Amino acid sequence: MDFDLSEEQRLLKDSVDGLLKSSYDFEQRKKYATEKGGWSRSVWSKLAEQGLLGLPFSEEDGGFGAGAVETMIVMESLGRALMLEPYLPTVVLGGGFLRRGGSAAQKAAHIPGIIDGSKTFAFAQLEKNSRYDLADVSTTAKKQGDGYVIDGEKFVVLNGASADTLIVTARTKGGQTDRTGIGAFIVPASAKGISIKGYETQDGLHAADITFSGVEVGADAALGNPEDALPLIEQVVDDARIALCAEAVGAMDESLKSTVEYLKTRTQFGVPIGSFQVLQHRASDMFVNLEQARSMAMFATMAADFDDAKERSNAVAAAKVQIGKSSRFVGQQSIQLHGGVGMTMEYKIGHYFKRLSMIENTFGDTDYHLKRVTDNGGLMK
Amino acid sequence: MDLSLSKDELAFRDEVRTFFNENVPPSMKQKLREGRHTSKQDLVDWTRILNKKGWAVPHWPVEHGGTGWTPVQQYIFNEELQMAPAQPPLPFGVNMVGPVILTFGSEEQKKYYLPRIANMDDWWCQGFSEPGSGSDLASLKTTAKKKGDSWIVNGQKTWTTLAQHADWIFCLCRTDPSAKKQSGISFILIDMKSRGITVRPIKTIDGGVEVNEVFFDDVEVPLHNLVGEENKGWDYAKFLLGNERTNIARVGMSKERIRRIKELASSVQSGGKPVMEDQKFREKLASIEIELKALELTQMRVVANEGKYGKGRPDPASSILKIKGSDIQQATTELLMDVIGPFAAPFASDDEGSNEISDWTTQIAPGYFNYRKVSIYGGSNEIQRNIIAKAVLGL
Ligand SMILES: Cc1cc2nc3c(=O)[nH]c(=O)nc-3n(C[C@H](O)[C@H](O)[C@H](O)COP(=O)(O)OP(=O)(O)OC[C@H]3O[C@@H](n4cnc5c(N)ncnc54)[C@H](O)[C@@H]3O)c2cc1C
Repeated sequence: MDFDLSEEQRLLKDSVDGLLKSSYDFEQRKKYATEKGGWSRSVWSKLAEQGLLGLPFSEEDGGFGAGAVETMIVMESLGRALMLEPYLPTVVLGGGFLRRGGSAAQKAAHIPGIIDGSKTFAFAQLEKNSRYDLADVSTTAKKQGDGYVIDGEKFVVLNGASADTLIVTARTKGGQTDRTGIGAFIVPASAKGISIKGYETQDGLHAADITFSGVEVGADAALGNPEDALPLIEQVVDDARIALCAEAVGAMDESLKSTVEYLKTRTQFGVPIGSFQVLQHRASDMFVNLEQARSMAMFATMAADFDDAKERSNAVAAAKVQIGKSSRFVGQQSIQLHGGVGMTMEYKIGHYFKRLSMIENTFGDTDYHLKRVTDNGGLMK
Repeated sequence: MDLSLSKDELAFRDEVRTFFNENVPPSMKQKLREGRHTSKQDLVDWTRILNKKGWAVPHWPVEHGGTGWTPVQQYIFNEELQMAPAQPPLPFGVNMVGPVILTFGSEEQKKYYLPRIANMDDWWCQGFSEPGSGSDLASLKTTAKKKGDSWIVNGQKTWTTLAQHADWIFCLCRTDPSAKKQSGISFILIDMKSRGITVRPIKTIDGGVEVNEVFFDDVEVPLHNLVGEENKGWDYAKFLLGNERTNIARVGMSKERIRRIKELASSVQSGGKPVMEDQKFREKLASIEIELKALELTQMRVVANEGKYGKGRPDPASSILKIKGSDIQQATTELLMDVIGPFAAPFASDDEGSNEISDWTTQIAPGYFNYRKVSIYGGSNEIQRNIIAKAVLGL
């Protein structure tokens, strides 16, 4: 048992934090948000230059062969900075599908573009009625010649309007919620028959609703088995949940820090408001919530590569429950303890709350994951 | 970073587990599972089994009977002990007065008291709280005045756990009434057989008697029963309370409680099926399991940090363990109430040593009532929040 970061991991953390410190304060972030697509290409290039976009890929694919702990380190820092750039959809999701399910040819075609920062990805999964169920897929991919024709609608696709390449889940056979008969396809965003409606999300990120009508792709578009890709999808989505847990810990950590700073400097009744015990106790409870969440983010990170998929997804679900509960408390109380200024768009604290709220409802909210853990018979053997 | 136990740590766990499987007296196991009181003799016998094995005081220095285990090994040992389930050795001896004597006591005190603590030859109790001094402990009024080669002790302690069994009490007494609150206090060891001591039981809401009032009326105590320096008692008390906090999460005990809840919920029927099949109940249980898993890891992180704050100075984050540990312990007692439903009502007194109660259901409500204590003692959960606010957040 060992909770310390290795020397290399510490260096990685320093380098990410250094980069964000110099180019990602809250004022800079506001500027980036006004750039095309709502994020900064120049920051993205810097991430590429520092090798952060290539972290999880194997060395033979041109990456650094880093593991889940490294992704956790990066995501936590990105969470602290409230980063807008599409790291999750590109490196974690797009990269995850390629790493875990891609053929040699697919890897060779797509990974270099991720690593050098020239291409970004989006994961088109959510449908009108699917909610959090990954097996609920009504978009179809019908066999045509060697390839497939994709028809359907996808919603709230993170980075959907900026991405060069989409990973699309679609049903190759079976009924709407069957666990088998689901494929994952690599589709160029520019393919004929795709229409994309982009918009800003509540947390300042960007997403899109995407319609596929008669979109033709070749046989080589399928990731893994086109009739049985759900296990792959579940694993990559678990990767994304783990990354979101770490991002939330970073956001909560920073949110608490800012709040404590505010408690020390804001004065009312002639004293710093941090001298009021009721606020001290609130802040202490925020700390307890944060540390419990940090423990579970670590737990989920360790589960990323469990051999047993059921055990993995149970651990990740448990972590998502804790993160969801802690995020709500820390996010809401951060606003409360700031008073009116916490309500303003101008001030950063509300933006942590908004990002944390969106994380909670991404890939399964607290109730959804609690039900999963429950259905798995709990967490203790 | 690696959160799994190493191969050596796993082997150690198996060794400890096997020992508990083979050596915990079945009657003690049974009583603990059913939430009943163990007797004085139960604990004495069990401590001696541990001591014979060399495991009664694993965290003490090797020259005083400790094991030299790593913090992780200590952690594993405590977990396995609580899950067995077996009773931990009496904390007032091995975790409280023992370490104080070890760290601040004279050579004679170490030689006399320590082996007797490890072998449970003496039953110790803690004489800190007074009627007017709970959270504000430093306001205590019990006095010890020097007269010849004795201290003359007068005053009253209260909430003294299991003083009815005790051979010795360690007390905080005011020895310099003119000094500022914290600076006039001394740490004194008092023989409970001394003339002038009266113990009066306090019945708690669960019907049990585990706490007492202890009165001191001109009690004569040899001067050499002072630990460390005169008027430095507050420092020793802070050291002791810090140790108390790190032992208080009781993750293993809550795990054992959850196992028990699952077992009972699978047999008790509600609406024609076991309670365990009720979705709402299962979700409540799963929520607690998740909190407990998080606490287990938080505890391991605190354990891994041990020593980084200097010898004898607890990680202020250990207040998390107290707050969450007590929350979870209380939540498990509430779940047991949910399981048992209307059969929580019948009352039966569980006089220690009597075996009249064959029905474990009567112990569930008392367990729930009794466990309200865990967020009060050991520094109340409000006090723990004060500690986090000051020592961690700098407020
Ligand atoms: C079952 C049991 C066993 C015990 N065993 C022992 C023992 O063996 N030896 C011993 O010495 N003592 C023992 N105690 C005493 C225990 O340590 C005290 O009860 C505890 O310190 C609280 O003190 P109090 O009961 O006087 O409550 P008070 O200090 O009067 O507290 C009342 C309430 O006010 C809150 N409060 C107090 N001060 C503050 C503050 N500054 N900020 C915010 N809130 C505050 C408390 O959290 C609590 O909610 C035991 C208690 C119990 C219940």
